[in-house]
Amino acid sequence: MFIVKNRIAFYILSILLIGASIVSLTMWGLNQGIDFKGGSSIELQQTASTTVAIPATNEAKQILEDAFPESTVRAYGEKGFLIKTNELTNAEQTAIKAKIGTVLPAYEVSRFDTIGPVLGAELKKKSVTAIVLVLLAIVLFITFAFRQVSRPVASWKYGIAAIVALFHDVIVPMGFFSVMAHFFGGYEVDALFITALLVVLGFSIHDTIVVFDRVRENLSHNSKGKNFEEVVGDSVSQTFVRSINTSLTTIFALVAVYVWGPETTRNFALALIVGIVTGTYSSIFIGSPLLVTMAGKIGKKG
Amino acid sequence: MTRTRLWALILLVLGGLGAFYLHSTYKTSPFKLGLDLNGGIHLTYKADTSKLPASEVAGAMATLKNVIESRVNAFGVSEPVVQTEESTLGDEKVHKLIVELPGVNDTEKAVSLIGETPVLEFMLLQATTTPGATTTSSVLIPTGLSGRYITTAQVEYDGQTSRPQVGMVFDKEGGDLFAKITKEHVGEQLAILLDGQVITAPTIQGEIIGGKAQITGQYSVQEANDLARSLKYGALPVSIDLIGTQTIGASLGSEALDASMKAGLYGFAIVALFLILWYRGRGIVAALALIIYVIINLIIFKVGGIVLTSAGLAAFIISLGMAVDGNILIFERMREELKRGKSRAEALAVGFSRAWPSIRDSNISSMITAVILYTFAASPLIKGFAVVFLIGVAVSMFTAVTVSRTLLGAFTKNK
Repeated sequence: MFIVKNRIAFYILSILLIGASIVSLTMWGLNQGIDFKGGSSIELQQTASTTVAIPATNEAKQILEDAFPESTVRAYGEKGFLIKTNELTNAEQTAIKAKIGTVLPAYEVSRFDTIGPVLGAELKKKSVTAIVLVLLAIVLFITFAFRQVSRPVASWKYGIAAIVALFHDVIVPMGFFSVMAHFFGGYEVDALFITALLVVLGFSIHDTIVVFDRVRENLSHNSKGKNFEEVVGDSVSQTFVRSINTSLTTIFALVAVYVWGPETTRNFALALIVGIVTGTYSSIFIGSPLLVTMAGKIGKKG
Repeated sequence: MTRTRLWALILLVLGGLGAFYLHSTYKTSPFKLGLDLNGGIHLTYKADTSKLPASEVAGAMATLKNVIESRVNAFGVSEPVVQTEESTLGDEKVHKLIVELPGVNDTEKAVSLIGETPVLEFMLLQATTTPGATTTSSVLIPTGLSGRYITTAQVEYDGQTSRPQVGMVFDKEGGDLFAKITKEHVGEQLAILLDGQVITAPTIQGEIIGGKAQITGQYSVQEANDLARSLKYGALPVSIDLIGTQTIGASLGSEALDASMKAGLYGFAIVALFLILWYRGRGIVAALALIIYVIINLIIFKVGGIVLTSAGLAAFIISLGMAVDGNILIFERMREELKRGKSRAEALAVGFSRAWPSIRDSNISSMITAVILYTFAASPLIKGFAVVFLIGVAVSMFTAVTVSRTLLGAFTKNK
């Protein structure tokens, strides 16, 4: 199987991707949403009313930027804007709504979120805990599920190979969002983004388990005395079509959410698409070859 | 073989009945929609429990919830949600109160009504004559007696005029204070102030023992009721601080719902088309199984009263793509067995039994993720996602085992 044979090439590709992601994350960081850092966000939508003149998008944006110099304004959805400011009190919220009504009557406030720093800190903590727990649960589960397979590779090594693949799946979407946010603006990281990462973890482990499961089965039927590398290679090629097809159907569904779904879940769908593509890649091209690498010399004895 | 076909027929009929049920209850019992699809206000408060001993916190939070619930109910919103939540942040325990008001748009009004605590004070009204002036003005002298001492308040009717009035009962301390004031100031006026406004100022006839007082004003029964309730539930057991608000306009919600439906339909169509193009006949079976999967899910959403959010609907659409994984695993396995020269029926049996451990293990890992996600969800949006995701994975495992297998068996030629 070419994937297992050329594993070094895929390792290098992955290291490059991870490296680039880490560089981007340390240099530019992520564009954190108000979920994390606290603040207010105001979503405006064009009114259906026809009695007021509707200014061009650029003009409307300019008006908003002039009216709220302390905040950032960007286009949101087809006919809307998103204004981000510091945390606003209740009275300030009312004042802002009134001001928008005066300076830009063609638009109305359709969503107003204010999140205090307490909630932000809580979300950060919960997110980290959830990610750590998911990773831990997955290693434990894999170690348990593959407990009978201790030759030629100990079952916990399957867990480690899976975790390396998973690390890859978390870091690459983060890097992608970091790069996109730096060059294009937007691409905010919020609670939904964390959810996307967790789902990617679950999905990628799906793929990894299917391949490992095949390795497990092939090892028990290994009458021809193939060495470990060959067994893994066979397993990867036997599950290849399945992995690609399942990822494809899921990506089709996600593209539908991205293209036709509501604005709220658009970035979420994008994070999932990037994550699932990398997840599928890492399961096939990283997770299984790593098993062979970790097996080391034992594998050659067959 | 005949038996499998019979089962397949039963499954399809059941699926049809399910679809009929969903269609016929579409109007009468609609799906429960979250605030982000329905519009409304989501408020998060932090309760200041730092002054309370640890043993009293739970009780205080329960009382807080009751008080806020009674205030929210007075709001006249359908299906409001009031809940308390506890989380730890560093070494500190954070107690939160969450209020959801579907269909409400005016955040400021909602916040003021929820946070409103009526202040009831009793003050002596004394007339003072300014030297040289012909008019007399009056001053209010605080007595120290306030709504804090009220244990209960209720609507009563005046014995003579039958007018509604509000009767209050003080606790021991308040009763003693009330007796002392009325004893020392016979003949003077005792003003009752609500939120700084004098409501009534009766003249003290003599010492009042027993710790009871009435507020007589020009009240309608409704007003008297409201006043009695706010006095009774008056002070909150702990002070609350608004730390997060979310307001979603109704039009934004319905647009999001429409967009989700559209995405769901197109998503389903693309997945089904792919299956049919790639796997031909078996793809049609898989698409049929997918339809039954959708029906089962929707029935669970409806019967289980699952609150659907935009993230939940996204989870459902994604699960469409993931649910076919079981089918694909079986199909690929069958393909291999067929290549080895097995008959179709044999290939199905072997393909299925070989695919099962993979289906089981991978779905269990997804369920673990979903449960952790639910436990640590910081917002209803994410909780909505986790619930739907969990249901989707569980149902997809079930349909892979039962529906896909039976349908495949029924449509497989016995050669």
